[in-house]
Amino acid sequence: MAAETVTKTTAHRADRLARLAASVFGDVSPRAMILLGVLLAVLLMAPWLVNDYLLTILIVVLYFAFTGQAWNIMMGFAGQLSLGHAIYAGIGGYIAAVLFARFGIAPWLGLLAAMPIAAVCGAIIGFLAFRFRVAGVYFAILTIAFAEFARIGFDHMDFVNASAGLFLPVTQYAHNDLWHLRGNPTMFYYVILAAAAFVFVLCRTLLKSRIGYCWLAIREDEQAARAVGIDSFRYKMAAVMISAAITSFAGVFYAFFYNNLFPEQVFNISRSIEMILGPIIGGIGTLFGPILGAFVLTGLAEGLNTALVGLGFDLPGAKQVFYGVCLLLVVIALPDGVWPWLARLIGLQERSQ
Amino acid sequence: MTPLLSLQSVSKRFRGLVAVDAVSFDVAPGELFAIIGPNGAGKTTLFNMIAGAIAPDQGLINFAGESIGGLPPDTVCRRGIGRTFQIVRPFPALSVEDNVVIGALLHSRDVVRARESTRDLLRRLDLFGQRHRIAGTLTLPDRKRLEVARALATEPKLLLLDEVMAGLRPTESDRMVAILRALNREEELTIVLIEHVMRAVMALASSVLVLDHGIAIAQGQPEAIVRDPAVVQSYLGANLVERI
Repeated sequence: MAAETVTKTTAHRADRLARLAASVFGDVSPRAMILLGVLLAVLLMAPWLVNDYLLTILIVVLYFAFTGQAWNIMMGFAGQLSLGHAIYAGIGGYIAAVLFARFGIAPWLGLLAAMPIAAVCGAIIGFLAFRFRVAGVYFAILTIAFAEFARIGFDHMDFVNASAGLFLPVTQYAHNDLWHLRGNPTMFYYVILAAAAFVFVLCRTLLKSRIGYCWLAIREDEQAARAVGIDSFRYKMAAVMISAAITSFAGVFYAFFYNNLFPEQVFNISRSIEMILGPIIGGIGTLFGPILGAFVLTGLAEGLNTALVGLGFDLPGAKQVFYGVCLLLVVIALPDGVWPWLARLIGLQERSQ
Repeated sequence: MTPLLSLQSVSKRFRGLVAVDAVSFDVAPGELFAIIGPNGAGKTTLFNMIAGAIAPDQGLINFAGESIGGLPPDTVCRRGIGRTFQIVRPFPALSVEDNVVIGALLHSRDVVRARESTRDLLRRLDLFGQRHRIAGTLTLPDRKRLEVARALATEPKLLLLDEVMAGLRPTESDRMVAILRALNREEELTIVLIEHVMRAVMALASSVLVLDHGIAIAQGQPEAIVRDPAVVQSYLGANLVERI
C-alpha cells in the first residue's frame, strides 16, 4: 500500500517533470535546438580556443547577455522601461562585496542577501510608480532618479568606504576557489556562461507560462489586459522584482571579477544604458535578441578598439561613438532589432513576440 | 426573477458635464439588452462604470447580487463580466490565438490547457483559420470578432459589447447577429450591447434602453421603443420608423 503510494507519487513527479521539460523545450524547432547546441558547445570550448584577452572580452559579452536578458523581462516582456538598472547590479555587488571583505562571507551566500534586497528595492520603485500611475517616460525618469539616489547615498556611506571605493582582497591563488569566486578568468568565464544560459532558460520558461502571457498583454495594452481580468499591478511588480533580483547577480559577478567598486562607476547612468543597448540592438522582447545584441555590440566595439590600437590610434571614446552609430543604424534599418531579421533569414521564428 | 445586473440611479459627471444622470435599469439573466442613443448620450460612460474602468459618482451597480460599483476592471472581469471596446484594442503584436489564450488564462493556470480551450471559441467566431496571424494585421470585422472571442474566453456570465456592429457591412453584421444570438440561446449568455445599427438591435434585443444627454428617456421592448415619440424625436428621426 505504502510502496504503491510512493511509486504513484514518483510516477506523478516524473510525469510533472516530463511535462515541465516539454513545456520548456517541447516546441523548440530541431533547427533551433541544433544551433543552440552548437553555440553552447563553442562557448564551452572557448577557453581552449582563445587567448586570455579574447576570453576577457567573452566574459564581458556574456555579462551583457546576462544583464540584457534581465532587463528584457521588464521592458521586452512587461513593457516597463527602466533606465536605472545599474541600481540593482550596484546594490547586489556592494552587498556581496561588503559581506566578503568585512566578514569573509562567501559571495554565493551574499547573493542570498543581495537578491531579496535588490528585489525589495525594485518593489519600492515599482510600488511608487505603479500605484501612483507613473508610467512611460515618467517611470523611466523615476528609475534614473533612484539610481542617482543610490550613487549619491553610497558616495557618503562610510561603511562601504564611500567615494574612496571598496576593494576586495586580492592575493595569488594556487587554485580556483569557486565558492569564494576567487580564481582565474577561465573560472569567471564559466560562471557567467552558466548564469547567462540559466537566465535564458528561465526567461523562456517565464515567457511560455501564464505570467509571461500576462506580461505580454500588459505590454501590448494595459487597459485591455485589465479588462480580461489581469491584475496589472501585481504582474508589473513581479516583473520588476524578478528583473531586479536577477540583475543583482550581475553586480556580484562584476564586483568579484574586477575586485573594486566605486559608487561613481557602478551606479552611473552609463552603466544602465550599457545594459539596455544589447537588447535594443538584438531585439526587445525576443529571447535571443539580448544575447545576440551583446555579441554584436561588445564584440564589434572591442574589435574596433583593437584595430584602432593596432593601427596606432589611441582614441578614447571611440567605443561610445561606435555604440551610438550601431544604435542609429539599428533604429533606422531594423527597428525591431537584429535578431527578428536574422531569425527570418535562417528560418527560425519566435512566434508572437 | 432577480436581475443579473441592476443599476440604481447611477450618475457620472466630468467637471461640469453630467455624462450619466441617475440611470436605473435591470437586466435579467439570459436577456439580450440593448442600449441606444445619439452620440455623446453617455452610453460608453455607462459601460465603463459597469466594467470598472471608471467609478460612478453616485448610485449602485449590483451584479449577481453583489455591489461592483467602483471595483477595478480586473476584479469586475473576475466576477464574471466580459467586455469589448468601442475602439477595438486587441493585443496587436500577438497572434490571434494568443490573444484568446490570454483571456482563457483567467480560469486556466495551464497555458497548454488554455490553448486547447480556445479552439472551439475561435471556430465559433470564424477565426480558426487565422489563428496564427498577428492580431494587428487583421481587418476591422475580424478584430471585432477577436475582441468578442477574447472576452468570451474569460467565461463571463455577462458580456458587454460596445458597438461591435459599427463599421461592418450588412452581411458581416448579420453574421455577428447570428453569432451573438447563438451565444445567447445556446450558452444562456446574458448580453448588454451598445449599438447604433438599428437593424441589429431590432433583430437581437429583447429589451432596449434609450439614453439621451445622460438621461434614460425610454425603456421597453424594441417594437414599442421605435414608436415612442420621445425616442423618435431625439434619436431615430421620423423616416427611420417608417422604414422599419
